[in-house]
Amino acid sequence: MSKLMPLSEAIARYVHDGDTVYAAGFTHLIPFAAGHEIIRQRRQGLVLARATPDLIYDQLVAAGCARKVIFSYMGNPGVGSLRIVRAEIEAGNLDWEEYSHFGMISRLQAGATGLPFMPMNPTAAGDLERANPLYKKVIDPYGGGEVVVVPALRPDVAIVHVQRADAEGNAHIWGIIGEQKEAAFAAERVILTAEEIVDAEVIRSDPNRTLIPGFIVDAVCHVPYCAHPSYTQGYYDRDNSFYLKWDEISKTREGVQAYLDEWVYGVKDRAEYWEKLGAETHERLKVGSRPSIVVNYGNY
Amino acid sequence: MTDAREYSAAELMTINAARLLRDGDVVFVGVGLPNLACNLARRTHAPNLVMIYEAGVIGAQPSRLPLSIGDPTLVSGALAVCSMYDIFALYLQRGNVDVGFLGGAQIDRFGNINATVIGEYDHPKVRLPGSGGSMEIAAWANRCYIITPHQKRRFPERVDFRTSAGFLSGREEREAARLRGTGPQAVVTDLGILEPDETGELVLTALHPGKTVEQARENTGWGLRIAPELRITPPPTKEELRILREELDPRGIYLKDGG
Repeated sequence: MSKLMPLSEAIARYVHDGDTVYAAGFTHLIPFAAGHEIIRQRRQGLVLARATPDLIYDQLVAAGCARKVIFSYMGNPGVGSLRIVRAEIEAGNLDWEEYSHFGMISRLQAGATGLPFMPMNPTAAGDLERANPLYKKVIDPYGGGEVVVVPALRPDVAIVHVQRADAEGNAHIWGIIGEQKEAAFAAERVILTAEEIVDAEVIRSDPNRTLIPGFIVDAVCHVPYCAHPSYTQGYYDRDNSFYLKWDEISKTREGVQAYLDEWVYGVKDRAEYWEKLGAETHERLKVGSRPSIVVNYGNY
Repeated sequence: MTDAREYSAAELMTINAARLLRDGDVVFVGVGLPNLACNLARRTHAPNLVMIYEAGVIGAQPSRLPLSIGDPTLVSGALAVCSMYDIFALYLQRGNVDVGFLGGAQIDRFGNINATVIGEYDHPKVRLPGSGGSMEIAAWANRCYIITPHQKRRFPERVDFRTSAGFLSGREEREAARLRGTGPQAVVTDLGILEPDETGELVLTALHPGKTVEQARENTGWGLRIAPELRITPPPTKEELRILREELDPRGIYLKDGG
């Protein structure tokens, strides 16, 4: 059964005020277009979870969509600080819940596998475990020492961008695969955005590359260039100059508002946004070809 | 031979960090100077170095300078790519990582690191990015190295927040915690190198050419002790500088500083 729908419809149907949202990705495949659509639809009171919240969470917080962030590293990747989230935390306007990367990812792993919590070996650092009471310690029932545990994270909705999917949501991802699979399995609802919608036989030609099966997906949206200024491996490069530019834009409230007015509220959808970026940017972000060598699954 | 004015502080730190790596080491790498140090080591004395990135990339051979820890150039031509959970569980927690590089806003007398907050946690004066992978790297990588400019505010007696463990309150406390890794083995600064003594306290064991003990003491927030046999690090070689400037960071994105 086809789950294809426009991104605006998927956000309207599956992202509600107050939801815990996991917009997945470690630098790669960040679903910026979905974040912008959430801003356009003026969702409020969201809990934004992600190991590495980057510019899109800065923009969602700036637009007033969020009441809380859950994270393990809050920065503009490769550039520096995430100014809006940081300023709102320092001003006491935004709740936060914090883990190390392994703690955050273990929470998702527990959620994705249906377990109540996940154990980890101790790190002895101590202060983060004291600061966040959701970190607990339990005794290894098999005779070892203490292990640290974190509770399952089960987001209301995960948003995952992929290179290609079929209409049912069976999805191929390659390159850095971060926590996309875990986010999808952990969440109640899954919105998939894809650079390309392909026939099911393309997916079936390479089943090892399918990280997300269609039967856990609620919506499939065809959104080319969804990840800009992040990137999609093999499709387009990361727009590093924009990450640097955001560091300037986000220095003032006026700068951020002007950006949102022009590039989020001021465009209808991602296609219009990409067109507006212009030919020079399109050219600059093109990538050359470096295909894998085809594998033979055998004809059985 | 080059003289002390012919290289930047960033180049000096990168070259000295590269020299700490051993051929065959599996290294958990960060962007910026650690990435440059690893690539320099790979092109000089450690051709079999394996670079692992917390984004889940194993055996990266970046053909351009990666500008973030998730740069696509890390993937193309890599040995393997896995999920974040796998990189932390199968590789780091399981004990398959020899070296971890760490950084942070503050490093204290016993090598504990703060990358989380200046001031109180609940009412932060300055909110920093947070742990990322550093809490686990500091605990579980077999050896850890820290690269940081030598400034008093970066070297307090005690960190405001202990994001990742050095020797805690001393080597005995770390040993009692039975962590897999041996903790920070060297802190490379623009003035010299600090290494832990038998109690876990960081002491000055080497100075870079032209730097002085007084400079190191003035820029350290505790009574810095000096090792009995203080070494002078060999100056950067022309070849090391050439590789950094011509091959690894030709636009000077990370290496161009006042020095």
